[in-house]
Amino acid sequence: MADPDDLDPRLIRLDPRDNVAVVRQRLEAGLPVRVAGRVTTPARDIPLGHKVACRPIQAGEKVLKYGAPIGSAVAAIAPGDHVHVHNMKSDYTATHTLDEARARHGGSAA
Amino acid sequence: MTLAETHPEPALRGYLRADGRKGIRNTVVVAYLVECAHHVAREIAWPFRDADVHLIGFPGCFPNAYAQRMMEALCTHPNVGAVLLLSLGCESFDKYGLAHAVRQSGRPVETIVIQATGGTRRSIAEGQAWIETQRAALDAAETVPMAVSELIVGTVCGGSDGTSGITGNPAAGRAFDMLIEDGAACIFEETGELIGCEHIMASRAITPDLAGILEQSVAKAARYYATLGYGSFAPGNADGGLSTIEEKSMGAYAKSGSSPISGLLKPADRPPRGGLYLLDVVPDGEVRFGFPNINDTAEIAELIACGSHAVLFVTGRGSVVGSAISPVVKICANPETYRRMADDMDVDAGRILEGLASLDDVGREIRDLVLSLAQGARTKSEELGHREFALTYKSFEPIGPACLPAA
Repeated sequence: MADPDDLDPRLIRLDPRDNVAVVRQRLEAGLPVRVAGRVTTPARDIPLGHKVACRPIQAGEKVLKYGAPIGSAVAAIAPGDHVHVHNMKSDYTATHTLDEARARHGGSAA
Repeated sequence: MTLAETHPEPALRGYLRADGRKGIRNTVVVAYLVECAHHVAREIAWPFRDADVHLIGFPGCFPNAYAQRMMEALCTHPNVGAVLLLSLGCESFDKYGLAHAVRQSGRPVETIVIQATGGTRRSIAEGQAWIETQRAALDAAETVPMAVSELIVGTVCGGSDGTSGITGNPAAGRAFDMLIEDGAACIFEETGELIGCEHIMASRAITPDLAGILEQSVAKAARYYATLGYGSFAPGNADGGLSTIEEKSMGAYAKSGSSPISGLLKPADRPPRGGLYLLDVVPDGEVRFGFPNINDTAEIAELIACGSHAVLFVTGRGSVVGSAISPVVKICANPETYRRMADDMDVDAGRILEGLASLDDVGREIRDLVLSLAQGARTKSEELGHREFALTYKSFEPIGPACLPAA
């Protein structure tokens, strides 16, 4: 199995149990990123503070950060994929975003 | 190396109050007791905005025991030297009780009732004349030596993002550990942002009863927010990479550091001694009056009502707020935000992410900055004139003895 610690230096895994790594320097669209021994190319920029998978995550599986569950995957996630509100959800209260309003009325995300 | 060389006792100074507490500021508070008196109070305070005269108030016309208690705690806060109350005249707020509490605390207090004074112009003139007299007396006041163990420090995070939990919050936690080791009382909060961390947190309680109380406080928060349909989570948190309330909570929890948890407080309760305390900000009973705290500022006011001399505010997205009464130390978790908003930030914790500083380095920097506030230094938000304040309706049951086992 691929080593989840074999990571691009722009990523940091906070705990050995984690299946996601945190972006500590923005990943740019179209440029290669090494995650768990394999190279992926994000279709969009992934900003500072966001997460990418460093292990395959099945739909329904817990997403682990700080060694603790921070919610569940709602779709299968491959190593290198951006992990965020589009493919995971809270196990407590739903996350409120302005993504829909932004898409409807224009404006750009972070 | 001697102990004194590794850890010199800093020369803190404070204003001694009649109850024995000491303040690191000597502020005149102008407090409106209903929205209808807000304009007059603001006009009175405005010319003195650079002279430590701060505006606070309660907008509601209906009575509320929580708001009364908050106002009493704030008007008798050790950083406050004198209090001017502004009443329209017909509101429900108990201005007599509040003035009595301030008088009992040994502070000068004056109540201007706008209807009795003859309206806006006369009330403004009378209020400004009173402040001029008080300000002159307070400016002549002497300070006395103050120990780190006499400090109370709160912490809050706002505009959090994916960097907050890695840099700013754990660095604030290290600062808390250092302050607590020197005998200070430190207060962390937002039970609604500890959802998912309740069991880890409870394991740090100094008694099993307190552990149960800490878990119950988070369960109450989860229920309360579930009824309201929103977690304590703003769209900017998601833009900054946080996907769920649990993820935000894990980051927020890091603010508490690693000291044992000595007790649970509710707004306007004071820590009985040094140590680490959780502030339960979520109202008791059925859901009433809306969201527990409508914004970060309302939380800061509660930390100050618990006696906080200063508040550590960790932000990733970039908050600019300060507060009336106690200085707010702005700790920026995100290095990109810091570069964009350096004028508003006291501490660049994003250096940790860039490998330029360790958590301990930044923790020490925060601790030293807090101590410098009792040595004449001022924060960025103070210099910029930020004096935000918010207080709304809430309801609480008093805490029981098991909440403060060491008291």
